[in-house]
Amino acid sequence: MVQISLKAEDIFNLGSFPVTNALFMAFLVLVLLSLFAVFLRRRLKMVPGMLQNIFEFLVEGALTMMDSVLGDRKTSEKYLPVVFSIFLFVLVSNWLGLLPGVGSLIIHHGEETVPLLRSPGSDLNFTLALALIAVTVVNVLGVAAIGFKNRASVFFNFKGPIDFFIGILELISEFAKIISFSFRLFGNVFAGEVLLAIMAFLVPYLVPLPFMFLEIFVGFIQAFIFGMLTLVFVAMAVVSHGEGHEESGPHGAPAH
Amino acid sequence: MDINSIRLLATFGSIAMGTIVPALAIGWIGSKAVDAIGRNPEAASRVQTMAILAIAFAEAIAIYSLVIALIIKFV
Repeated sequence: MVQISLKAEDIFNLGSFPVTNALFMAFLVLVLLSLFAVFLRRRLKMVPGMLQNIFEFLVEGALTMMDSVLGDRKTSEKYLPVVFSIFLFVLVSNWLGLLPGVGSLIIHHGEETVPLLRSPGSDLNFTLALALIAVTVVNVLGVAAIGFKNRASVFFNFKGPIDFFIGILELISEFAKIISFSFRLFGNVFAGEVLLAIMAFLVPYLVPLPFMFLEIFVGFIQAFIFGMLTLVFVAMAVVSHGEGHEESGPHGAPAH
Repeated sequence: MDINSIRLLATFGSIAMGTIVPALAIGWIGSKAVDAIGRNPEAASRVQTMAILAIAFAEAIAIYSLVIALIIKFV
């Protein structure tokens, strides 16, 4: 039977710190993205070549999508790095996790045989870390934009009993966001891995193909959702609390 | 009944019951989105973005129950 482990397996130790296969894969994704970024940066010209053209198109598309949530181009450019980085990181780690060799290249660790590479999103540590980063960034950007007092007054509102209760709910909802972010990505990627492994085990030829397409699609959608939700929460956090009710964009996000 | 049978039943029950309402929810969202686009084709891209977001939220609930099922089965 296929070996399926909820926990990412250790592959080696750095001193006393055990490095898991998901952590190793996330590091590879990081190196790949950084090298690509440096490579592209070196080749920037006023008249763009093909690669630069593609990325200019993608960045322009991302900025336009962020405009519809944030309102104007200046704010979009200000928050593009964080949101697009989260999107790219999750996208590349999801898609690289579909390549042959991930989950199938096996090494011996002690007495057990463990896969060398594993999709980073299938490790709850990775998704939880990203969720914590996203929610922290939302709060830090909120404080940077409207000041600490305004941001804190969303959670600790002493104007009246109902407002106080709403503040408590908002505080709980921040933690619910962390859980929701991490479990959404973890559930999708881990379930996708299990699905692909079982399908390949049952019928190795042809049948896994539509499931691979599904996983490519799901990988993109989950990266998009993660980035988009971070963007929407940032948009809600940087709007001054009283005036926020006139805009239709940031307040479109439903509950978790 | 021994613990392994109960485990299997719990896995099955969790995923079976946990995906009924999210599936309905996604269907409702999709249908409302299509209605909205039909009424106002100009707002199509905004409605679509909002719909995809809402569908991901609804799907997340199904994913929560899937995670519980996986934990029961494999841990």
